[in-house]
Amino acid sequence: MSAPISSGLRFGRWTLFLSTALLAILTASPLVWMISAAFKQPAEIFNSSLIPQHPTLENFSYVFTQLPFVRYILNTFFIAGTITVVALFFHSMAGFAFARLKFPGRDLIFLSIFSTFLVSLPVIIVPLFILVQRLGMVNNYAGLIVPAIFNAFGIFLLRQFYLGIPSELQEAAIIDGASYWGIYWNIMLPLSRPILSALAVFFFLVNWNAFLWPLTITTNQDLWVVQVAIASFQNQYSASWNYIMAASAVVALPTLLLFFFFQRQLVESIKTTGLK
Amino acid sequence: MAAFLFILPDSLGLLIFVGIPMGLALSLGFFSVDGFGGYKFVWFANYIRMLHDPLFLKSLWVTVVYVLVLVPGLYVTGLGLAVLVSQKIPFIAVWRSLFFMPYVVSLVVVGLTWKVMLIDKVGFVNSVLQLLHLPSRSWLGDPNLALGAILLVTIWFLMGYYMIIFLSGLQEIPREYYEAARIDGAGPWAMFTKITLPLLRPTSFFVLLVSTVSAVAGSQAFDLIYVMTKGGPANSTSLAVFYIYEQAFQFNNYGYAAAMASFLVIILLLITIALFALTRGGRFHLG
Repeated sequence: MSAPISSGLRFGRWTLFLSTALLAILTASPLVWMISAAFKQPAEIFNSSLIPQHPTLENFSYVFTQLPFVRYILNTFFIAGTITVVALFFHSMAGFAFARLKFPGRDLIFLSIFSTFLVSLPVIIVPLFILVQRLGMVNNYAGLIVPAIFNAFGIFLLRQFYLGIPSELQEAAIIDGASYWGIYWNIMLPLSRPILSALAVFFFLVNWNAFLWPLTITTNQDLWVVQVAIASFQNQYSASWNYIMAASAVVALPTLLLFFFFQRQLVESIKTTGLK
Repeated sequence: MAAFLFILPDSLGLLIFVGIPMGLALSLGFFSVDGFGGYKFVWFANYIRMLHDPLFLKSLWVTVVYVLVLVPGLYVTGLGLAVLVSQKIPFIAVWRSLFFMPYVVSLVVVGLTWKVMLIDKVGFVNSVLQLLHLPSRSWLGDPNLALGAILLVTIWFLMGYYMIIFLSGLQEIPREYYEAARIDGAGPWAMFTKITLPLLRPTSFFVLLVSTVSAVAGSQAFDLIYVMTKGGPANSTSLAVFYIYEQAFQFNNYGYAAAMASFLVIILLLITIALFALTRGGRFHLG
Protein backbone atom coordinates (compact mmCIF):
# COMPACT_ATOMS: atom_id res chain seq x y z
CA MET A 1 0.00 0.00 0.00
CA SER A 2 2.70 2.46 0.96
CA ALA A 3 4.88 2.17 -2.17
CA PRO A 4 2.56 3.97 -4.66
CA ILE A 5 1.95 6.80 -2.18
CA SER A 6 5.62 7.44 -1.57
CA SER A 7 6.47 7.30 -5.28
CA GLY A 8 3.59 9.73 -5.87
CA LEU A 9 5.09 11.98 -3.22
CA ARG A 10 8.50 11.67 -4.79
CA PHE A 11 7.01 12.59 -8.17
CA GLY A 12 5.39 15.66 -6.55
CA ARG A 13 8.73 16.68 -5.00
CA TRP A 14 10.46 16.40 -8.36
CA THR A 15 7.84 18.50 -10.14
CA LEU A 16 8.10 21.10 -7.41
CA PHE A 17 11.90 21.11 -7.63
CA LEU A 18 11.98 21.34 -11.42
CA SER A 19 9.32 24.05 -11.69
CA THR A 20 10.98 26.16 -8.98
CA ALA A 21 14.37 25.82 -10.65
CA LEU A 22 12.94 26.66 -14.08
CA LEU A 23 11.07 29.69 -12.75
CA ALA A 24 14.16 30.95 -10.91
CA ILE A 25 16.38 30.57 -13.98
CA LEU A 26 13.77 32.33 -16.14
CA THR A 27 13.69 35.19 -13.61
CA ALA A 28 17.45 35.64 -13.82
CA SER A 29 17.66 35.21 -17.60
CA PRO A 30 17.16 38.89 -18.62
CA LEU A 31 20.22 39.81 -16.53
CA VAL A 32 22.21 36.99 -18.10
CA TRP A 33 21.08 38.22 -21.51
CA MET A 34 22.27 41.76 -20.70
CA ILE A 35 25.73 40.57 -19.67
CA SER A 36 25.96 38.36 -22.73
CA ALA A 37 24.90 41.23 -25.03
CA ALA A 38 27.69 43.37 -23.54
CA PHE A 39 30.21 40.92 -25.07
CA LYS A 40 28.49 40.68 -28.45
CA GLN A 41 29.40 42.39 -31.70
CA PRO A 42 26.80 44.72 -33.23
CA ALA A 43 25.84 42.14 -35.87
CA GLU A 44 25.18 39.56 -33.23
CA ILE A 45 23.20 41.52 -30.67
CA PHE A 46 19.83 40.33 -31.93
CA ASN A 47 20.92 36.75 -32.19
CA SER A 48 18.77 35.10 -29.54
CA SER A 49 21.64 32.87 -28.35
CA LEU A 50 22.68 33.52 -24.75
CA ILE A 51 26.34 32.76 -25.52
CA PRO A 52 28.15 35.20 -27.84
CA GLN A 53 29.55 33.45 -30.94
CA HIS A 54 32.44 35.87 -31.27
CA PRO A 55 32.87 37.44 -27.83
CA THR A 56 34.55 40.84 -27.83
CA LEU A 57 35.74 43.39 -25.28
CA GLU A 58 35.43 46.17 -27.85
CA ASN A 59 32.16 47.46 -26.31
CA PHE A 60 33.81 47.92 -22.92
CA SER A 61 36.89 49.58 -24.34
CA TYR A 62 34.65 51.99 -26.28
CA VAL A 63 32.71 52.88 -23.14
CA PHE A 64 35.89 53.52 -21.13
CA THR A 65 37.97 55.28 -23.79
CA GLN A 66 35.49 57.24 -25.90
CA LEU A 67 33.32 58.39 -22.99
CA PRO A 68 34.25 59.90 -19.60
CA PHE A 69 32.75 56.86 -17.95
CA VAL A 70 35.43 56.61 -15.27
CA ARG A 71 34.48 60.08 -14.13
CA TYR A 72 30.80 59.06 -13.84
CA ILE A 73 31.79 56.01 -11.80
CA LEU A 74 33.97 58.04 -9.44
CA ASN A 75 31.21 60.65 -9.07
CA THR A 76 28.72 57.97 -8.12
CA PHE A 77 31.09 56.26 -5.68
CA PHE A 78 31.80 59.59 -4.00
CA ILE A 79 28.14 60.65 -3.82
CA ALA A 80 26.67 57.30 -2.73
CA GLY A 81 29.53 56.72 -0.27
CA THR A 82 29.22 60.15 1.36
CA ILE A 83 25.45 59.85 1.68
CA THR A 84 25.81 56.41 3.28
CA VAL A 85 28.42 57.44 5.87
CA VAL A 86 26.76 60.73 6.88
CA ALA A 87 23.28 59.20 6.93
CA LEU A 88 24.37 56.33 9.18
CA PHE A 89 26.06 58.78 11.55
CA PHE A 90 23.02 61.08 11.81
CA HIS A 91 20.47 58.25 11.94
CA SER A 92 22.33 56.32 14.66
CA MET A 93 22.55 59.49 16.76
CA ALA A 94 18.84 60.21 16.34
CA GLY A 95 17.86 56.56 16.79
CA PHE A 96 19.88 56.40 20.02
CA ALA A 97 18.27 59.57 21.41
CA PHE A 98 14.72 58.45 20.53
CA ALA A 99 15.28 55.03 22.07
CA ARG A 100 17.39 55.72 25.15
CA LEU A 101 17.09 59.36 26.23
CA LYS A 102 14.15 61.17 27.80
CA PHE A 103 13.35 64.69 26.66
CA PRO A 104 10.20 66.80 26.31
CA GLY A 105 8.24 66.22 23.10
CA ARG A 106 10.18 63.07 22.25
CA ASP A 107 7.25 60.96 21.13
CA LEU A 108 5.65 63.79 19.20
CA ILE A 109 8.87 64.55 17.33
CA PHE A 110 9.39 60.88 16.59
CA LEU A 111 5.85 60.51 15.31
CA SER A 112 6.23 63.47 12.97
CA ILE A 113 9.52 62.06 11.68
CA PHE A 114 7.92 58.67 11.20
CA SER A 115 5.02 60.19 9.26
CA THR A 116 7.44 61.30 6.52
CA PHE A 117 8.00 57.60 5.86
CA LEU A 118 5.28 57.51 3.22
CA VAL A 119 6.35 60.68 1.38
CA SER A 120 8.09 59.64 -1.81
CA LEU A 121 10.33 61.70 -4.05
CA PRO A 122 8.22 61.88 -7.24
CA VAL A 123 5.38 63.50 -5.28
CA ILE A 124 7.45 66.33 -3.76
CA ILE A 125 10.04 66.72 -6.47
CA VAL A 126 8.72 70.04 -7.86
CA PRO A 127 8.77 71.99 -4.56
CA LEU A 128 11.96 70.21 -3.46
CA PHE A 129 13.69 71.31 -6.66
CA ILE A 130 12.53 74.91 -6.22
CA LEU A 131 13.74 74.90 -2.61
CA VAL A 132 17.12 73.37 -3.41
CA GLN A 133 17.54 75.86 -6.26
CA ARG A 134 16.92 78.71 -3.80
CA LEU A 135 19.59 77.24 -1.52
CA GLY A 136 22.05 77.44 -4.42
CA MET A 137 22.54 73.70 -4.66
CA VAL A 138 21.76 73.13 -8.35
CA ASN A 139 24.63 71.66 -10.35
CA ASN A 140 26.95 70.92 -7.46
CA TYR A 141 27.80 67.98 -5.25
CA ALA A 142 25.93 69.48 -2.27
CA GLY A 143 22.66 69.31 -4.21
CA LEU A 144 23.31 65.69 -5.12
CA ILE A 145 24.29 64.65 -1.60
CA VAL A 146 22.56 66.71 1.11
CA PRO A 147 18.85 66.14 0.28
CA ALA A 148 19.45 62.39 -0.12
CA ILE A 149 20.82 61.97 3.41
CA PHE A 150 17.60 62.34 5.32
CA ASN A 151 15.08 59.54 5.56
CA ALA A 152 12.86 58.31 8.33
CA PHE A 153 13.38 54.65 7.50
CA GLY A 154 16.97 54.51 8.80
CA ILE A 155 16.08 56.39 12.00
CA PHE A 156 13.19 54.03 12.62
CA LEU A 157 15.25 50.86 12.16
CA LEU A 158 18.09 52.08 14.39
CA ARG A 159 15.66 53.20 17.09
CA GLN A 160 14.13 49.70 17.06
CA PHE A 161 17.61 48.24 17.45
CA TYR A 162 18.60 50.50 20.37
CA LEU A 163 15.30 49.78 22.14
CA GLY A 164 16.39 46.14 22.33
CA ILE A 165 19.69 46.83 24.13
CA PRO A 166 19.49 46.13 27.90
CA SER A 167 19.33 49.37 29.90
CA GLU A 168 21.78 48.05 32.54
CA LEU A 169 24.68 48.86 30.21
CA GLN A 170 23.65 52.49 29.99
CA GLU A 171 22.95 52.77 33.75
CA ALA A 172 26.33 51.33 34.63
CA ALA A 173 28.02 53.80 32.30
CA ILE A 174 26.14 56.72 33.86
CA ILE A 175 27.28 55.63 37.32
CA ASP A 176 30.84 55.57 35.99
CA GLY A 177 30.33 59.19 34.97
CA ALA A 178 29.96 58.74 31.21
CA SER A 179 28.29 61.50 29.22
CA TYR A 180 25.49 60.83 26.70
CA TRP A 181 28.03 61.26 23.95
CA GLY A 182 30.34 58.76 25.67
CA ILE A 183 27.52 56.23 25.95
CA TYR A 184 26.63 56.70 22.28
CA TRP A 185 30.20 56.62 20.98
CA ASN A 186 31.76 53.98 23.27
CA ILE A 187 28.86 51.64 23.96
CA MET A 188 26.02 51.99 21.46
CA LEU A 189 27.97 52.42 18.21
CA PRO A 190 30.22 49.36 18.72
CA LEU A 191 27.16 47.28 19.65
CA SER A 192 25.32 48.33 16.52
CA ARG A 193 28.04 47.32 14.07
CA PRO A 194 25.97 44.46 12.52
CA ILE A 195 22.90 46.57 11.84
CA LEU A 196 25.03 49.50 10.66
CA SER A 197 26.83 47.31 8.13
CA ALA A 198 23.52 45.91 6.89
CA LEU A 199 22.14 49.43 6.46
CA ALA A 200 25.39 50.60 4.84
CA VAL A 201 25.03 47.97 2.10
CA PHE A 202 21.40 48.91 1.60
CA PHE A 203 21.97 52.69 1.53
CA PHE A 204 24.89 52.42 -0.84
CA LEU A 205 22.87 50.24 -3.19
CA VAL A 206 19.88 52.60 -3.16
CA ASN A 207 22.04 55.65 -3.81
CA TRP A 208 24.16 53.96 -6.48
CA ASN A 209 20.89 53.13 -8.25
CA ALA A 210 19.27 56.55 -7.74
CA PHE A 211 18.19 58.24 -10.94
CA LEU A 212 15.32 60.71 -10.58
CA TRP A 213 16.98 63.19 -8.21
CA PRO A 214 20.41 63.29 -9.92
CA LEU A 215 18.61 63.69 -13.26
CA THR A 216 16.63 66.65 -11.97
CA ILE A 217 19.35 68.48 -10.07
CA THR A 218 22.23 68.33 -12.61
CA THR A 219 22.64 69.61 -16.13
CA ASN A 220 26.43 69.78 -15.94
CA GLN A 221 27.82 66.57 -17.46
CA ASP A 222 30.86 66.65 -15.16
CA LEU A 223 28.49 65.89 -12.28
CA TRP A 224 26.65 63.02 -13.93
CA VAL A 225 26.16 59.82 -11.99
CA VAL A 226 26.25 56.50 -13.82
CA GLN A 227 22.46 56.07 -14.01
CA VAL A 228 21.95 59.48 -15.62
CA ALA A 229 24.86 58.78 -17.97
CA ILE A 230 23.55 55.47 -19.31
CA ALA A 231 20.00 56.83 -19.64
CA SER A 232 21.43 59.67 -21.77
CA PHE A 233 23.65 57.41 -23.90
CA GLN A 234 20.45 55.95 -25.12
CA ASN A 235 19.48 59.23 -26.75
CA GLN A 236 22.94 59.73 -28.30
CA TYR A 237 23.69 56.18 -29.45
CA SER A 238 20.18 54.95 -29.96
CA ALA A 239 21.14 52.18 -32.39
CA SER A 240 24.38 51.09 -30.68
CA TRP A 241 22.76 48.73 -28.22
CA ASN A 242 26.00 46.77 -27.75
CA TYR A 243 27.67 49.87 -26.23
CA ILE A 244 24.62 50.60 -24.09
CA MET A 245 24.48 47.03 -22.79
CA ALA A 246 28.21 47.12 -21.98
CA ALA A 247 27.76 50.36 -20.02
CA SER A 248 24.72 48.85 -18.27
CA ALA A 249 26.70 45.76 -17.31
CA VAL A 250 29.43 47.96 -15.82
CA VAL A 251 26.83 49.91 -13.84
CA ALA A 252 25.10 46.74 -12.65
CA LEU A 253 28.36 45.05 -11.63
CA PRO A 254 28.88 46.74 -8.21
CA THR A 255 25.26 46.06 -7.26
CA LEU A 256 25.52 42.41 -8.28
CA LEU A 257 28.80 42.08 -6.33
CA LEU A 258 27.16 43.63 -3.26
CA PHE A 259 24.34 41.17 -3.74
CA PHE A 260 26.63 38.13 -3.93
CA PHE A 261 28.79 39.10 -0.96
CA PHE A 262 26.24 40.74 1.34
CA GLN A 263 23.04 38.98 0.45
CA ARG A 264 22.31 38.11 4.08
CA GLN A 265 22.69 41.73 5.25
CA LEU A 266 20.50 42.99 2.39
CA VAL A 267 17.79 40.47 3.13
CA GLU A 268 17.97 41.29 6.86
CA SER A 269 17.50 45.03 6.30
CA ILE A 270 14.53 44.35 4.01
CA LYS A 271 13.01 41.94 6.51
CA THR A 272 13.17 44.54 9.27
CA THR A 273 11.18 46.89 7.01
CA GLY A 274 8.28 44.46 7.19
CA LEU A 275 7.74 46.07 10.55
CA LYS A 276 5.61 44.90 13.37
CA MET B 1 19.10 69.16 26.70
CA ALA B 2 22.06 67.29 25.21
CA ALA B 3 19.46 64.90 23.82
CA PHE B 4 18.28 67.57 21.39
CA LEU B 5 21.75 67.79 19.88
CA PHE B 6 21.51 64.11 18.97
CA ILE B 7 18.30 64.55 17.02
CA LEU B 8 19.11 68.00 15.64
CA PRO B 9 20.84 67.07 12.32
CA ASP B 10 18.18 64.59 11.22
CA SER B 11 15.21 66.63 12.44
CA LEU B 12 16.45 69.77 10.73
CA GLY B 13 17.27 67.89 7.51
CA LEU B 14 13.88 66.19 7.37
CA LEU B 15 12.14 69.49 8.09
CA ILE B 16 13.97 71.29 5.28
CA PHE B 17 14.05 68.55 2.64
CA VAL B 18 10.77 66.72 3.33
CA GLY B 19 8.52 68.81 5.61
CA ILE B 20 8.80 72.16 3.84
CA PRO B 21 8.50 70.64 0.33
CA MET B 22 5.41 68.78 1.55
CA GLY B 23 3.88 72.06 2.77
CA LEU B 24 4.92 73.78 -0.45
CA ALA B 25 3.41 70.93 -2.48
CA LEU B 26 0.03 71.78 -1.01
CA SER B 27 0.31 75.56 -1.42
CA LEU B 28 2.38 76.15 -4.56
CA GLY B 29 -0.58 75.06 -6.69
CA PHE B 30 -2.28 78.40 -6.01
CA PHE B 31 0.55 80.30 -7.70
CA SER B 32 1.76 80.76 -11.21
CA VAL B 33 5.55 80.45 -11.25
CA ASP B 34 7.59 81.75 -14.16
CA GLY B 35 11.02 80.59 -15.22
CA PHE B 36 12.73 83.44 -13.36
CA GLY B 37 11.29 82.59 -9.96
CA GLY B 38 8.47 85.16 -10.02
CA TYR B 39 5.32 84.10 -8.18
CA LYS B 40 1.79 85.29 -8.78
CA PHE B 41 -1.21 84.22 -6.72
CA VAL B 42 -3.78 82.87 -9.17
CA TRP B 43 -6.45 81.39 -6.87
CA PHE B 44 -7.81 78.18 -8.33
CA ALA B 45 -6.67 78.74 -11.90
CA ASN B 46 -4.25 75.79 -11.89
CA TYR B 47 -6.86 73.49 -10.40
CA ILE B 48 -9.50 74.54 -12.94
CA ARG B 49 -7.01 74.01 -15.76
CA MET B 50 -6.17 70.60 -14.32
CA LEU B 51 -9.78 69.43 -14.41
CA HIS B 52 -10.07 70.48 -18.06
CA ASP B 53 -6.76 69.01 -19.19
CA PRO B 54 -7.52 65.81 -21.15
CA LEU B 55 -3.91 64.65 -20.85
CA PHE B 56 -3.97 64.95 -17.06
CA LEU B 57 -7.29 63.11 -16.85
CA LYS B 58 -5.87 60.43 -19.13
CA SER B 59 -2.77 60.17 -16.91
CA LEU B 60 -5.03 59.65 -13.89
CA TRP B 61 -6.80 56.85 -15.72
CA VAL B 62 -3.46 55.25 -16.67
CA THR B 63 -2.44 55.51 -12.99
CA VAL B 64 -5.66 53.79 -11.86
CA VAL B 65 -5.13 50.89 -14.29
CA TYR B 66 -1.46 50.66 -13.30
CA VAL B 67 -2.26 50.51 -9.56
CA LEU B 68 -5.16 48.07 -9.99
CA VAL B 69 -2.96 45.61 -11.88
CA LEU B 70 0.30 46.13 -10.02
CA VAL B 71 -0.90 45.83 -6.41
CA PRO B 72 -2.72 42.48 -6.78
CA GLY B 73 0.01 41.27 -9.15
CA LEU B 74 2.71 41.92 -6.57
CA TYR B 75 0.63 40.43 -3.78
CA VAL B 76 0.05 37.18 -5.66
CA THR B 77 3.58 36.80 -7.06
CA GLY B 78 5.27 37.86 -3.80
CA LEU B 79 3.19 35.51 -1.65
CA GLY B 80 3.32 32.72 -4.24
CA LEU B 81 7.13 32.85 -4.41
CA ALA B 82 7.41 33.04 -0.62
CA VAL B 83 5.30 29.90 -0.22
CA LEU B 84 7.28 28.21 -3.00
CA VAL B 85 10.72 28.94 -1.54
CA SER B 86 9.66 27.96 1.99
CA GLN B 87 9.20 24.33 0.77
CA LYS B 88 11.89 21.74 1.26
CA ILE B 89 13.53 21.79 -2.17
CA PRO B 90 17.18 21.04 -3.00
CA PHE B 91 19.37 24.16 -3.45
CA ILE B 92 16.52 26.37 -2.20
CA ALA B 93 18.92 29.16 -1.19
CA VAL B 94 20.06 29.44 -4.80
CA TRP B 95 16.53 29.69 -6.22
CA ARG B 96 15.61 32.22 -3.53
CA SER B 97 18.59 34.40 -4.50
CA LEU B 98 17.74 34.25 -8.19
CA PHE B 99 14.18 35.45 -7.52
CA PHE B 100 15.54 38.34 -5.49
CA MET B 101 18.38 39.28 -7.85
CA PRO B 102 16.52 41.66 -10.23
CA TYR B 103 15.73 43.92 -7.27
CA VAL B 104 19.39 44.90 -6.68
CA VAL B 105 19.93 46.12 -10.25
CA SER B 106 19.00 49.74 -10.97
CA LEU B 107 15.72 50.51 -12.71
CA VAL B 108 17.61 52.36 -15.44
CA VAL B 109 19.63 49.24 -16.27
CA VAL B 110 16.47 47.13 -16.01
CA GLY B 111 14.58 49.49 -18.32
CA LEU B 112 17.38 49.57 -20.91
CA THR B 113 17.81 45.80 -20.86
CA TRP B 114 14.11 45.10 -21.31
CA LYS B 115 13.85 47.79 -23.97
CA VAL B 116 16.48 45.99 -26.06
CA MET B 117 14.90 42.61 -25.37
CA LEU B 118 11.47 43.92 -26.41
CA ILE B 119 12.59 45.56 -29.69
CA ASP B 120 10.23 44.92 -32.60
CA LYS B 121 10.70 41.76 -34.67
CA VAL B 122 14.38 41.04 -33.84
CA GLY B 123 14.40 41.50 -30.05
CA PHE B 124 15.03 38.55 -27.74
CA VAL B 125 11.40 38.26 -26.60
CA ASN B 126 10.03 38.33 -30.15
CA SER B 127 12.67 35.84 -31.34
CA VAL B 128 11.64 33.42 -28.63
CA LEU B 129 7.97 33.91 -29.52
CA GLN B 130 8.75 33.15 -33.18
CA LEU B 131 10.60 29.99 -32.17
CA LEU B 132 7.41 28.93 -30.38
CA HIS B 133 5.38 29.83 -33.50
CA LEU B 134 3.65 32.68 -31.69
CA PRO B 135 3.10 36.08 -33.33
CA SER B 136 5.71 38.72 -32.56
CA ARG B 137 4.46 42.05 -31.24
CA SER B 138 5.51 45.65 -31.05
CA TRP B 139 5.55 45.57 -27.26
CA LEU B 140 6.55 49.18 -26.62
CA GLY B 141 5.11 50.62 -29.84
CA ASP B 142 1.52 49.45 -29.47
CA PRO B 143 -0.62 51.66 -27.17
CA ASN B 144 -2.56 48.57 -26.13
CA LEU B 145 0.53 46.67 -25.02
CA ALA B 146 3.05 49.22 -23.70
CA LEU B 147 1.53 49.66 -20.24
CA GLY B 148 1.23 45.90 -19.90
CA ALA B 149 4.92 45.54 -20.78
CA ILE B 150 5.88 48.17 -18.17
CA LEU B 151 3.70 46.37 -15.60
CA LEU B 152 5.30 43.00 -16.31
CA VAL B 153 8.80 44.46 -15.96
CA THR B 154 7.80 46.16 -12.69
CA ILE B 155 6.39 42.92 -11.26
CA TRP B 156 9.50 41.02 -12.39
CA PHE B 157 11.67 43.63 -10.66
CA LEU B 158 9.73 43.86 -7.38
CA MET B 159 8.38 40.35 -6.75
CA GLY B 160 11.60 39.21 -5.05
CA TYR B 161 11.40 42.13 -2.61
CA TYR B 162 7.86 41.23 -1.57
CA MET B 163 8.85 37.57 -1.48
CA ILE B 164 11.36 38.43 1.27
CA ILE B 165 8.75 40.41 3.22
CA PHE B 166 6.21 37.59 2.99
CA LEU B 167 8.89 35.05 3.85
CA SER B 168 9.66 36.79 7.14
CA GLY B 169 5.90 36.81 7.86
CA LEU B 170 5.62 33.09 7.07
CA GLN B 171 8.55 32.27 9.35
CA GLU B 172 6.70 33.77 12.30
CA ILE B 173 3.77 31.36 12.01
CA PRO B 174 4.33 28.58 14.58
CA ARG B 175 5.00 25.17 12.98
CA GLU B 176 2.71 23.50 15.54
CA TYR B 177 -0.37 25.01 13.89
CA TYR B 178 0.36 23.16 10.67
CA GLU B 179 1.17 19.92 12.49
CA ALA B 180 -2.09 20.08 14.45
CA ALA B 181 -4.03 20.75 11.24
CA ARG B 182 -2.29 17.84 9.49
CA ILE B 183 -3.30 15.52 12.32
CA ASP B 184 -6.88 16.73 11.89
CA GLY B 185 -6.60 15.74 8.21
CA ALA B 186 -6.40 19.20 6.62
CA GLY B 187 -5.03 19.39 3.06
CA PRO B 188 -2.47 21.96 1.84
CA TRP B 189 -5.15 24.33 0.48
CA ALA B 190 -7.17 24.28 3.71
CA MET B 191 -3.99 24.97 5.70
CA PHE B 192 -3.16 27.88 3.39
CA THR B 193 -6.60 29.53 3.67
CA LYS B 194 -7.28 28.69 7.34
CA ILE B 195 -3.81 29.22 8.86
CA THR B 196 -1.39 30.99 6.53
CA LEU B 197 -3.62 33.75 5.17
CA PRO B 198 -5.25 34.82 8.49
CA LEU B 199 -1.92 34.81 10.35
CA LEU B 200 -0.24 36.77 7.57
CA ARG B 201 -2.64 39.70 7.94
CA PRO B 202 -0.15 42.18 9.44
CA THR B 203 2.34 41.38 6.65
CA SER B 204 -0.42 41.62 4.05
CA PHE B 205 -1.38 45.03 5.37
CA PHE B 206 2.19 46.26 5.15
CA VAL B 207 2.56 44.92 1.60
CA LEU B 208 -0.72 46.44 0.44
CA LEU B 209 0.07 49.81 2.00
CA VAL B 210 3.61 50.04 0.65
CA SER B 211 2.82 48.68 -2.80
CA THR B 212 -0.24 50.93 -3.25
CA VAL B 213 1.54 54.09 -2.08
CA SER B 214 4.62 53.42 -4.17
CA ALA B 215 2.49 52.57 -7.22
CA VAL B 216 0.47 55.80 -7.00
CA ALA B 217 3.62 57.81 -6.31
CA GLY B 218 5.41 56.14 -9.21
CA SER B 219 8.47 55.20 -7.16
CA GLN B 220 9.50 52.51 -9.66
CA ALA B 221 7.42 53.59 -12.63
CA PHE B 222 9.18 56.88 -13.23
CA ASP B 223 12.62 55.46 -14.05
CA LEU B 224 11.22 52.66 -16.21
CA ILE B 225 8.91 54.94 -18.17
CA TYR B 226 11.62 57.56 -18.64
CA VAL B 227 13.97 54.96 -20.10
CA MET B 228 11.51 52.72 -21.96
CA THR B 229 8.65 54.80 -23.37
CA LYS B 230 8.84 58.47 -22.30
CA GLY B 231 5.11 58.19 -21.60
CA GLY B 232 4.19 57.04 -25.12
CA PRO B 233 2.96 55.66 -27.42
CA ALA B 234 -0.08 57.99 -27.54
CA ASN B 235 0.36 58.77 -23.81
CA SER B 236 -0.59 55.19 -22.99
CA THR B 237 2.15 54.89 -20.35
CA SER B 238 2.05 58.48 -19.12
CA LEU B 239 1.34 57.98 -15.42
CA ALA B 240 0.27 61.06 -13.44
CA VAL B 241 3.72 61.43 -11.83
CA PHE B 242 5.36 61.31 -15.25
CA TYR B 243 3.00 63.90 -16.75
CA ILE B 244 3.55 66.18 -13.73
CA TYR B 245 7.33 65.85 -14.11
CA GLU B 246 7.15 66.78 -17.79
CA GLN B 247 4.97 69.80 -17.07
CA ALA B 248 7.44 71.01 -14.45
CA PHE B 249 10.82 70.27 -15.94
CA GLN B 250 10.15 70.32 -19.69
CA PHE B 251 7.62 73.13 -19.90
CA ASN B 252 8.55 75.03 -16.71
CA ASN B 253 4.92 75.03 -15.50
CA TYR B 254 5.92 74.68 -11.85
CA GLY B 255 2.69 76.05 -10.38
CA TYR B 256 0.54 73.87 -12.57
CA ALA B 257 2.68 70.81 -11.82
CA ALA B 258 2.44 71.54 -8.08
CA ALA B 259 -1.36 71.76 -8.31
CA MET B 260 -1.52 68.33 -9.91
CA ALA B 261 0.98 66.94 -7.41
CA SER B 262 -1.10 68.22 -4.48
CA PHE B 263 -4.05 66.33 -5.94
CA LEU B 264 -1.92 63.15 -5.79
CA VAL B 265 -0.84 63.93 -2.22
CA ILE B 266 -4.49 64.12 -1.17
CA ILE B 267 -5.30 60.83 -2.92
CA LEU B 268 -2.33 59.18 -1.18
CA LEU B 269 -3.49 60.48 2.19
CA LEU B 270 -7.00 59.15 1.59
CA ILE B 271 -5.65 55.72 0.58
CA THR B 272 -3.51 55.55 3.72
CA ILE B 273 -6.37 56.59 5.99
CA ALA B 274 -8.75 54.15 4.27
CA LEU B 275 -6.31 51.24 4.63
CA PHE B 276 -5.74 52.03 8.31
CA ALA B 277 -9.48 52.38 8.96
CA LEU B 278 -10.38 49.21 7.06
CA THR B 279 -7.86 47.20 9.01
CA ARG B 280 -8.12 49.03 12.34
CA GLY B 281 -4.53 50.18 12.28
CA GLY B 282 -3.20 47.14 10.48
CA ARG B 283 -4.14 44.74 13.24
CA PHE B 284 -6.83 42.96 11.26
CA HIS B 285 -8.81 41.80 14.27
CA LEU B 286 -11.83 41.52 12.05
CA GLY B 287 -15.06 39.93 13.30
